[in-house]
Amino acid sequence: MAADSSPQLALVEEFVSGLQDSKAKDAAKGVKDGQFTVLQLVEALGLSLTSSQPHTRARGVQLLSEVLQECSGELTEKEVEVLIAFYENRLKDHYVITPAVLQGLRALTKCPALPPGSAVSMLRSLFQDVHVQSLMLAERSCVYNMLINLMETREAELKGLGADFVFGFVQSMDGERDPRNLLLAFQIAKNLIHRGYNLGTFTEELFEVTSCYFPIDFTPPPNDPHGITKEELILALRAVLAGTPKFAEFLLPLIIEKLDSDVQSAKLDALQTLTACVSEYEHKDLAEFLEGLWSSLRREVFQTSSERVETAGLAALAALTSCLSRSVLNSDSEDSLSSFLDLVLKDCKHHLCEPDLKLVWPSAKLLQAACSASHRASHVVTAAVMPALIEQYGSRTQCSHRRTLLEVVQRFVQSVKSCRSADAAPDEGALSGFREALCAVVFSALSESNSSLQITATSVLTSLAQHAGLLSDSDVELAVDHLTRLLLTEEEDRVSLAVVESAGALAELHPAAFASKLIPRLKEEMFSEPPENDNRKASDSHHAMRQRCLSALAAVSVQPGVVRESTPVLLEVLRSAHAGGGGFSVDEVVLACRSLQRIAEQVQDTEETGRCFHDDVVPRLLSLALQAALQGEESPRSPLTEEAVLTAMVPVVSTACSRLQPSLAAQTAASAVALFLDGDVSFLPDNSFPSNIRLLKEQQGGAPGRSRMVCLLMACVCSLPRSVDVPQADRLLSELEELSCSCGCPLSYTSAAKCFAGLVNKREQGDSLDGLVRRTTDRVCRELDCSSSPGRTQAFTLMIWVAKALLLRYHPLSTALTNKLFSLLDDAELGPAAADAFSLLMSDSPDVLNRGGHADVRIMYRQRFFSENSAKLVQGFNAAPQEKKPNYLKALSNIVNKLPKQVQVTELPALLSLLLEALTCPDQGVQLSTLSCLQPVLVSPPPALVQQLEALVNRLLALVCSPAMSVRIASLHCVHALSLLPVHEVLPFRARVLRALAQPLDDRKRLVRREAVRARGEWFLVGSPGGR
Amino acid sequence: MSAGSRLENANPVIFQRSGERLLTASEEDEDIHDPIDDREIFDLIRSINDPEHPLSLEELNVVEQVRVKILDEENSVSVEFTPTIPHCSMATLIGLSIKVKLLRSLPDRFKIDVHITPGTHASEEAVNKQLADKERVAAALENSSLLEVVNQCLSARTV
Repeated sequence: MAADSSPQLALVEEFVSGLQDSKAKDAAKGVKDGQFTVLQLVEALGLSLTSSQPHTRARGVQLLSEVLQECSGELTEKEVEVLIAFYENRLKDHYVITPAVLQGLRALTKCPALPPGSAVSMLRSLFQDVHVQSLMLAERSCVYNMLINLMETREAELKGLGADFVFGFVQSMDGERDPRNLLLAFQIAKNLIHRGYNLGTFTEELFEVTSCYFPIDFTPPPNDPHGITKEELILALRAVLAGTPKFAEFLLPLIIEKLDSDVQSAKLDALQTLTACVSEYEHKDLAEFLEGLWSSLRREVFQTSSERVETAGLAALAALTSCLSRSVLNSDSEDSLSSFLDLVLKDCKHHLCEPDLKLVWPSAKLLQAACSASHRASHVVTAAVMPALIEQYGSRTQCSHRRTLLEVVQRFVQSVKSCRSADAAPDEGALSGFREALCAVVFSALSESNSSLQITATSVLTSLAQHAGLLSDSDVELAVDHLTRLLLTEEEDRVSLAVVESAGALAELHPAAFASKLIPRLKEEMFSEPPENDNRKASDSHHAMRQRCLSALAAVSVQPGVVRESTPVLLEVLRSAHAGGGGFSVDEVVLACRSLQRIAEQVQDTEETGRCFHDDVVPRLLSLALQAALQGEESPRSPLTEEAVLTAMVPVVSTACSRLQPSLAAQTAASAVALFLDGDVSFLPDNSFPSNIRLLKEQQGGAPGRSRMVCLLMACVCSLPRSVDVPQADRLLSELEELSCSCGCPLSYTSAAKCFAGLVNKREQGDSLDGLVRRTTDRVCRELDCSSSPGRTQAFTLMIWVAKALLLRYHPLSTALTNKLFSLLDDAELGPAAADAFSLLMSDSPDVLNRGGHADVRIMYRQRFFSENSAKLVQGFNAAPQEKKPNYLKALSNIVNKLPKQVQVTELPALLSLLLEALTCPDQGVQLSTLSCLQPVLVSPPPALVQQLEALVNRLLALVCSPAMSVRIASLHCVHALSLLPVHEVLPFRARVLRALAQPLDDRKRLVRREAVRARGEWFLVGSPGGR
Repeated sequence: MSAGSRLENANPVIFQRSGERLLTASEEDEDIHDPIDDREIFDLIRSINDPEHPLSLEELNVVEQVRVKILDEENSVSVEFTPTIPHCSMATLIGLSIKVKLLRSLPDRFKIDVHITPGTHASEEAVNKQLADKERVAAALENSSLLEVVNQCLSARTV
């Protein structure tokens, strides 16, 4: 054989007679590389294509088709024409050839050089000669793909075929069962509808052939490689059915029918399809089905057993109403919106007058859904409903009735709002006619003594205020009066919480009234002297009133105008507490700091508020703290020296420095550094300080008051944006290191260590940083290695914080420090502290080294740390003496606890034996932290855990009777979680668990009993009918 | 429940739910013994689902805290429940659900008595007798379709 001169002949021979499939690839390659042309290939195929054996012919066509598939882009128009004629003719041939022919045709449909008219002729012969549904799965898919390809490129020609094309498609897909092919078929149907093909007389046929799959019921087989979901099919079919108003007359009766179904998912699908389809419809499409649809929707919401069906029903009603609202009215047609709303109102309105019966809420929700659909619907519904509700409120005397009515009113006010935003006429709101009556109702409810009524009234007030331009100035002033009165007098927590929240929402919209009325009044009351000491109850209520005022001051301060008024009041609280006036307790001072912090967090970041904080609040805080710290022993102790107050001041300063106006923050930080390093007090108000104060040097034998101020320095310099440089950084760092290693006061040395770490974290990469870290590491290790050194705890604290600072930014030198930490797990004195330190290393700290304070935190540093060190930990555990093992277990559970759940699940198998060991460890801390890291994993346990269920159940049931209440509760949580595992896994344990859980039912602690009841109830349901 | 079937009482009166029990400092203290009290028993049964409505027995006022009595020392619990209408056909089923819930949730030292509030149901005596009969309760729970309905009433409500 002349293989060299005509390679195609050899290839054909090997493919057709030798049945070597790989030769098709070689042939395609040959054509692409230009070794031979398609024409030469066809010539070589000659004999096989004309053979009398159908199987040989099939093989020949298959080779050609596979080559075409690879090189359809390189064919000329002439070649394509000939090939199409050939293939069309082959469709009439023996059935074993058909698959290869279809494959070839599909390749040709992709061909850019398709001659005009060939698409039509291809389809005509396809529809004429092939019965699609008697083909195999892959060939059917081939046909659908041909159609899709042609629809993409030859749209005009296909449209020329007219309704014949639609008919051909309908015939092809009629009876399709495979979900993969259905997705393709639905896509074709969607294209037919959306691209304006002429459906002609076949509209109903197209609907029938697709709607027979509605509602989709499909469960993918386990381990399905195709990954088709029920959801995908539902959406694809919905796009077809809801695509055109021409289907309305067929689809709407179908939806009504499916809503009668008992199957929950069918109802849901029907409702969602209804919502989708009405967005395309006009009122005349809907007209004759409105009553039927309404009665189905009403039934679903009135008698619902599932919240999802109810929500979908309400959404469908809203969509329906907004469709009707869109319609343009003719002079002769009736107003379908108003007749539909009449229907809704007739069925629902009277239920609103029975506030204690079940149907009041479903009716209200239906009306609100209709009301939220459009401006016009809002007008019609509120005009019908509001007078009745307001009148009912006046005539009812029971508080629970009134509260329900008020809640209904609130929801109406809200639902009117949502459609208002799109409308441009603010003075014609649907509610404006009821403003006076609504305000009267709200104010009367606020004056009631019933707390739930008051709470509901505050939320109505908030909703009313959201309607721009609805409330008049005098209404707002009256509202402020009411809120102020409640703040000052109302003792119940729930009410004051609601009042504070409502005041916050109102103040954002109407700042002036709050700045001028509420704040002066609160100030006056707060600074009134508390009653004499002997009257305990009165002084308690005075304290509670101050608390409410402080949190209200924070809540209303969103707008700069209010902040300007409220911050001086809060600072005045601190000042007079320091001076000893007003009788402010430490709690109240801490609360004032919290309020300042909240204001700094929520206030709009403007130049004005930034100045307010940096020129006023922060210097004043520093000045007050400094005055308190410098106070001699002889004068009465100021509350500002308390640790609680100092730690509450930290977030105020750090939030202000991290959030507001970076340029101002840089100035503040610079002055703070000057104050702490050089004793420069010039920027502080009330400047009467001695000249040479050294805050970073511990006073010999003196009170630790001064050095503790370092926590405020930390707040200033560690929360700056990374672009801002800290002045005199080197000197600052060395003084901080000295303080953190030498000072004896825990707050001082911890804050100094944190501040040092915060600066190290943000310092630029380079030799100076490396040198600094090395020096510090050496010093710390020296201290720690000398077991008699008095400064070991201090050195340990500094080590952890620096390790954390470096770990967060992936700095390579962090390893030296963390290795030291691992070795300390064996230390007699610091071992337990080292185990706890892992929790600190892995969690976010609130005051320093967090993203809020612009620290350099790389993503997934926890995973990285875990994967680099878990083996070390396991090794250490195995090598450690028995009495040190708990430290390792605790360290492990501290680390695993903080990992994201996905990582926990993948890492767990390797650590499982260790964690199970930890459950038997007598240390309650270890038990507790292990339980807390097991519990989230139990929700979807990895297979390794399922294999160890026996061991796990035994250990958990042993802990159910532990002496520590928290361990009992945590282990019951885990036992509860186990009940939700697949039934076949846990059923063998049912009897044993139920027996073991009988004992904690009689536990001496109620909280334990509660968990035991929950867990035991779930275990009873395992494998029981109606359970799981 | 099929959507087409008519309910015996389609629009019942709804009562407010009481909030969660407030946590007290003594409950968090390891050393104090908390006795089982009326409220604790009420908390066990108030969230049982009604067999017909998607509502709890508390919301329908079928159970009330004042109708729950427990004597911890004497190991006895007594619960009265009030059907929403005197001819309610679900009364036995509701009683059975309450009984089963208490049997599953209380230590076995307790004697549990569940009965209808006197004068609120047409066939009060018959229902009480059925609920008091240990063997009939046990036999009822052998019936898998009955057990299915009871378990559904006791399951946490699915959303």
